[in-house]
Amino acid sequence: MAQDVAIIGIGIHPFGRHDSTGMEQGAHAAREALRDAGCEWSDVQYAFGGSSAAGNADTMVSTLGLTGLPFINVANGCATGGSSLISAYNALNAGAADIVMAIGFDKHPKGAFDPDPASFGLGQWYGDTGLMLTTQFFGLKIQRYMHQYGISPSTLAKVAVKNFENGSKNPNAWRRKPMTEEEVLNSLMLSNPLTQYMFCSPGEGGVALVLARGEVAKKFTKKPVYLRSAVLRSRPFGSFEVFNSWLSPDRGDSPSVGAAAAAFKMAGMGPQDIDIAQLQDTESGAEIMHMAETGFCKDGEQEDMIQSGETRVDGRLPINTDGGCLANGEPIGASGLRQVFESALQLRGDAGDHQVPKKIRTAFTHVYGAPGISACTVLSN
Amino acid sequence: MTTQVPVAPDLFTWPADEPQLIGTFFRESGVTVFPEAKACPRSASQDGERVLLPRRGTLWSWTIQGFLPKSPPYAGPETQATFKPYGVGYIQLGNQVIVESRLTTSDPDVLKIGMEMELVIIPFNKDADGNEVVTYAFAPVKN
Repeated sequence: MAQDVAIIGIGIHPFGRHDSTGMEQGAHAAREALRDAGCEWSDVQYAFGGSSAAGNADTMVSTLGLTGLPFINVANGCATGGSSLISAYNALNAGAADIVMAIGFDKHPKGAFDPDPASFGLGQWYGDTGLMLTTQFFGLKIQRYMHQYGISPSTLAKVAVKNFENGSKNPNAWRRKPMTEEEVLNSLMLSNPLTQYMFCSPGEGGVALVLARGEVAKKFTKKPVYLRSAVLRSRPFGSFEVFNSWLSPDRGDSPSVGAAAAAFKMAGMGPQDIDIAQLQDTESGAEIMHMAETGFCKDGEQEDMIQSGETRVDGRLPINTDGGCLANGEPIGASGLRQVFESALQLRGDAGDHQVPKKIRTAFTHVYGAPGISACTVLSN
Repeated sequence: MTTQVPVAPDLFTWPADEPQLIGTFFRESGVTVFPEAKACPRSASQDGERVLLPRRGTLWSWTIQGFLPKSPPYAGPETQATFKPYGVGYIQLGNQVIVESRLTTSDPDVLKIGMEMELVIIPFNKDADGNEVVTYAFAPVKN
């Protein structure tokens, strides 16, 4: 029987561009999370953390304190943060510890990612000939989706407009300037149909969470946020993934479909029970497709939902209330935990200028990444 | 005449008047993959056969690479000054497989999902020995 797992402390280093190292940003987030929880680093009995490009998380003990705790480095691409969280959840459920920390941070150079073909099991030719760009994949996937389900370029732009507006009210966001639909549509076309301001940028930031078993949590906080489920899935046959030189004509579901369904089942809830959602918006098309993949609507319904403002902070289902990846950028190791940080902040009612106006009790988070992985969580008060 | 060398061995038949992409067919699952692979991702079978893929198919999706990719991994000859956007798409070859490819056109008004496309071999770069490196691409079929 699963135990209650609560988030008792949340910490963040603002996202964006900074002089500090990714590791320092992670350590900053860890100190903030400890302060928020009202506990000491020496109270933490287990830690999981990772980055994609900013070093081994466990070296952080030299600045946080050499307490001898077990600290496991996690490296799982875009699901690094989610994987740390799942590891923390499992450690608490297994009774291995009462208090656990999950940390994610990163720092990437400017511009699109430049992955190594061999590390993805691909021939060098794939990178040589200019096919190995995540941006292309996103363009190809949403192009097909728009053709099949009647999503308009205006709807793509409205997602970006919404997320930049949300980001403008979030002091920890990177892009804090609102944009108009025209500005988004008329910006440089990077990978048709996606323009520059429809894409997030690789960036920097750090997030840490202190988690505790339910009965322990009450000793630390009056406002615990419960992690009702945390699930990771890799891709099934027939899914459409980044860096695929071929696809099967026998089409299958995205890993997000399986991860979301399992997360809802584990939590004993469905999409209809969720008050706010953070869905991976690597670009605005991704947010649209992920709405359907995670079960919040049917394919094609996004057009009306987004045009009518249902996913704005004051709408029926606010999505990416902190501005998402579009406004926060993408430090790979930190993004999944940023979504959980934001969910906890909102559920506690502590989100300040970007607090959703309606009363909320539940939240959902979703990340997706190469080479076809998805991590989802359900949270509640 | 310059010698033409393929960007990788075993991607496509070359030299050939009618070049074809080379894949692996796994009889047990009916799955065809491109390029050749040792194991089937559906059945995990390691009993695949080399198969030459159809030269014609239909455009399944497309995009246009609008900026010069980072190098590495990109090995094209362009600079920021000379770069021209290029088309990238997935082409469905019958019911066999959908392959990813560069496209010979980067005109968004030309590219339509479902349009007929044909395999061509195009110059890509020069290697250290002065050979012309060629790669595969798909071109709209001219009616």
